[in-house]
Formats: sequence, C-alpha cells, structure tokens
Amino acid sequence: MQHDDVIWDLIGNKSFCSYKVKTKTQQFCRNEYNITGLCNRSSCPLANSQYATVREEKGLCYLYMKVIERAAFPARMWEKVKLDRNYAKALEQIDENLIYWPRFIRHKCKQRLTKITQYLIRIRKLTLKRQRKLVPLSRKVERREKRREEKALIAAQLENAIEKELLDRLKQGTYGDIYNFPIHAFDKAMEKQEEETESEEEEEEDEEESGTREFVAEEEFEESDLSDFEDMNNLKGSSDEEEDAEEQSSEEEETEEELEEEKTKAKSKGKTPLKGPVRKKRAYVEIEYEQETEPAQKSKAT
Amino acid sequence: MDSTKVTTSESVSKKKGKTKKLKQKIKTDEAPVQEMEQAEIEVTENKSESGACFPPTFSVSEIKNKQRRHAMFLKLKEEKRKQKLELKKKKKKERKALGDQAPPKEVPKTIENQRIYDETTVNPEDEEVAFDEGTDEFSAYFNRLTNPKVLITTSDRPRGRTVRFCEQLATMIPHAHVYYRRGLALKRVIPQCISRGFTYLMVINEDRKVPNGLVLCHLPDGPTAHFKVSSVRLRKEMKRRGKDPTEHVPEVILNNFTTRLGHSIGRMFAALFPHDPQFVGRQVATFHNQRDFIFFRFHRYIFKNEKKVGIQELGPRFTLKLRSLQKGTFDSKFGEYEWVHKRHEMDSSRRKFHL
Repeated sequence: MQHDDVIWDLIGNKSFCSYKVKTKTQQFCRNEYNITGLCNRSSCPLANSQYATVREEKGLCYLYMKVIERAAFPARMWEKVKLDRNYAKALEQIDENLIYWPRFIRHKCKQRLTKITQYLIRIRKLTLKRQRKLVPLSRKVERREKRREEKALIAAQLENAIEKELLDRLKQGTYGDIYNFPIHAFDKAMEKQEEETESEEEEEEDEEESGTREFVAEEEFEESDLSDFEDMNNLKGSSDEEEDAEEQSSEEEETEEELEEEKTKAKSKGKTPLKGPVRKKRAYVEIEYEQETEPAQKSKAT
Repeated sequence: MDSTKVTTSESVSKKKGKTKKLKQKIKTDEAPVQEMEQAEIEVTENKSESGACFPPTFSVSEIKNKQRRHAMFLKLKEEKRKQKLELKKKKKKERKALGDQAPPKEVPKTIENQRIYDETTVNPEDEEVAFDEGTDEFSAYFNRLTNPKVLITTSDRPRGRTVRFCEQLATMIPHAHVYYRRGLALKRVIPQCISRGFTYLMVINEDRKVPNGLVLCHLPDGPTAHFKVSSVRLRKEMKRRGKDPTEHVPEVILNNFTTRLGHSIGRMFAALFPHDPQFVGRQVATFHNQRDFIFFRFHRYIFKNEKKVGIQELGPRFTLKLRSLQKGTFDSKFGEYEWVHKRHEMDSSRRKFHL
C-alpha cells in the first residue's frame, strides 16, 4: 500500500531517486509534478499520497490533485482542474478545491500560480516589443567574402581611379574658372596644331605677328654687324628677332620657322621669362624696341 | 568470358603502369587465345599503349591505390609543366624573330574582363531607363525639389566604436543629425522623420561592438537598402590622414555602377549629398563599386598642375555589400523586395556580379 514514510526513507536518503539532482548546497527534484522543485519530505510527489500542484500549459494554468483513493489507478491518479484566467478568481478556485488540505500545499500552490502568471505577463509584453532576429553566420562564407573583398580592393586601384576622375572633371570644365591651368591646356593645343600642318601654323603666327613691330634695316646695313650677334646666339629671342628684322623681305616660311624655334625654345626653357638681351656692343634704337616687343611675345608664349 | 578477362587484365596492367613489360607480356599471352578480331584490337591497343605513358582513355583518378595515384599525378603535372615551358620558349623565340611584325601582346584575363555579361547593364542612351529615372522616387531630388536631410542612428545600445563612427559620418554628410536610439521601433520612427522633413534614415547595426550593417531608407516612401558593412576605419586609425573635414559640401564620385540595380543604388548614394558641391572645399566622397563591393572613401584633393592631382584621405572609410533592396520604407516582414542576395544562386559563379 502507500507507506509514505517508507518510500521517503528509501528514495530521500538511503537509496536512489531518479528525479533527484544533487548540488553542493541543495537537492532538487526534477519530477514534473513537484510543487517547489526541491527534494524535501513535504515536496516529494512520490512520497506524499495527498498532493497538489499548479502547472501551466499553453498560457493556461491547471490545478493537479492526487489523493490516496486513486493511488491504485495510475492512469487516473492526477485530477486536472482548469483555473480561471483571472488571477483573483484562480486563487479562489484553488482555495475551493483544496479546502481541507494541509496549509503547506495550499500555500505553495498559490505561490506557484503567482509566479506563473507573472511570467506569462512578461512573455506577452516582450512579444509586443521589437524582436531581435539572430541570423547565423557561416564561417566559410565569411572567410570567402573577406578574401573577395581584399581582392576587389586591390583590383579597384582606388587612388588612381579617383585621381583620373578628378582630372577628367577638370578637363571637362566642371570646375569653371577656379583653377588657372587652362592656359597650359591652350599651349598644349597650340603645340599639337603646329605639329600637324604648317598652314595652320601660318595662320596662328600671322595673328601673333599682327601685334608685333618689325624694324627693317637700311639698305646700307652691313652684314659684318651680324657677326657681333652671332656670339649672342645664347640670347635666343633677340637673335631671332634681329634675323626677322633683317629678313623681313625674305620668305615667310623662314620667319615662321624662327618664331617656331623661339616658341619651342621658350617652352623647353620651362617658361622662365627671358631676360632682356644684354648687348655688349650695340646701343641702337632697334635694340630697345626689340626689348619691348620680347616680353610681349614671351608672355604669350608662357 | 574472354572479353571480361581482357578488361580485368588491362586494368591490372594499368595499375602497374610503370612496368610496361608486364603489360606487353600479358597481352602476348592473351593474344593467341583470342579470336582474330579481338587479337587485332589488342594489338592496336598494345601499340598505342607502348607509345605513350598514359593511354588516352586513362585518368589518374581511376587508380585505387593512393600512393601510386599520387605518384602518377605528380608525373602528370611535371609533364604538363614541361610542355608549358616549351611552349613559352617557342613563343618567345618567334616573337624575337619577328621583331616589329610580331603580333601584339595578349591582354591578360582578369575577372573584370571575363565578367559574365549582365543583361540589365544600362546603355547610356537607353530611353526606357531615362524615363524610369525621371519618374522614380529620386526624381524629386534630381529635379531639385528637395534638399537632403539625413538622420543617423544605430541599433540598440551602441558601443563606443559605433557611436564614433556615427559622429564621423555626420560630419562628412552635410545636414546629418545623429540621434540615440532608445529602443524605438523603426516603423514608429519613420512617420516622425517624415513629418520633420528628413529625406534619409540611416541605421547602423552593431554586432559585438563593431558596426556590421547599414540600413539606408529613403524617406518619403523611397526604397530601403540593406548593406553589410565591413572594414570600418575610423579617422584616428587612418595613416597619413588630413585634418577634419570642413562644412563644405563635398563632390560625389560614383564609379562602376553599370546595371539597373547598380544605377538605382548609385542614385541612392548621390541623393544623400546636396546638389551643388562647393569646390572651394576641395572635398570628394567616392563610392567605388568593384565586384559588388562598394568602397567608400573621403578625400581632399589639390590640383598641382593640369596633369597631376594630389589626394589626401580624410574621414572614415568602409566597404559595403548590398544584401537587399526593398521597395517601400523599412518593413522587413511585409515589404516587397526588389532584390535579395541569395547565396546559392548568385554566388555560384566567380565572374557574375550584380551591381
């Protein structure tokens, strides 16, 4: 029959209970009908023939009761009573069902009901808030992506691309007049055109020549004077101009070539302004005028 | 019966491939037993086998013994390598001999060269695309009707790195405001943003104290893009960086956004910044797409002459990878997704890119 003391003697202390979990300080009972969860003489559902619990299933609380009369029928041992959703009413129901039962069991059932309702309320509150979704990362995939990113970075050549884009924008003129570079572009365009055809060059140089002054030597002019200037060939601009002055009557092509030389030399010098020619021997009118015209031409060249 | 005998003996002989003599021995033994036809076949096979080390139908993977298989594989590799070297030498000789008339050097294959053609690549003159872009959600911005105003926030309880990242982003993007996310739901935040005139909502997601995701939502019911963020470098971690960015409006460079999807993402980035960049500030923000990774950089440039420009990196840098593009504002459950990255379909080929 049901000898609770004997049962407790065996499973509680002496022998083995499969529901018992022992820790350093306490013993717990894993039995699903246990009301407190501890392994005690009064809380053990196996060692108490009159026992009651409150359990929760899908948000509803039920009261389970076990009496000694049904101890022989394990299938019908536990009586299940559905408790009201209202907390106060459920407490009353417990009181009503466990009316003449020991104080301990009644008290513990009510405590358990309180706890269950509290955690049910919290669940409902949490589901209304934002749920955080945890997405699992695959280590293989992450490693692969990282490697691909590195390779893509190398292939991208970011600095070069950015610089190229900026220079393209400068050439297109999106920056307007902020930068002073366009003159260089103009010069480059000039160079290219000279290389292409002479006729185009002729036109350009005619335009330039329209502003310049040329002084023709007198017919009594002696060529021996030229030798002085041959030493001055370092002073390119002046020498060129003197030749122009002398050979104004000569063919246009020659003057054009000289002007070309002047320009190319000017450019090869890196656009440093040529100083006025230092004439050692001559102090003629022609020279002064040449000095005036030189800077004008040079400014155009630079 | 006889034929089966032949095959087993052949396989046996193949396993001991190094010993040619054994093979021939077996063959000769079998030959007189067979009928005339089979004998002829064997003879021809015998001839071909004795000529080359590896008969044409033979593959290294058929050998069951691991050590022998490995040895045969190494032999095969060495042979291949030798052949390749010979070929190279020959080509070089020919090239030298021809001199000027040699054919031009071949262009090496790169992933960008070999990229699988995407049928949604946008043709610059495409009218349909132009029409679409004239009427999509960004048309308001591109027609100069709205000015961008960005709200930057994070996920719950951000850590220091993310907070600093947000602050730096806010200094780079003009008219950007950082707000602390107090556990608010995005769906509730969005109507408030709209009522206060924001055009963009940027949410930086954090995981383990490091920013790892970005949700970019264009506000008056624009598309929402979700990116994966990686390699974030804050300003103080960058080498040789310049001073802090000023308040000038930067220019925007968008590189390599070729497909329709790329185009829409590019427009999304462009609409983050105000229309008229202040060239006085000499700042440029770059979004460069390479193999579906979008690299973001922020530089200050200076033109040294018309051929050279110097750039100095300022602000933070990060890379983005598009994970999904959703049509309306942020709604992960019921939103209509225009594009979602599906790993098994889209990552199967190394040369297929979507942006």
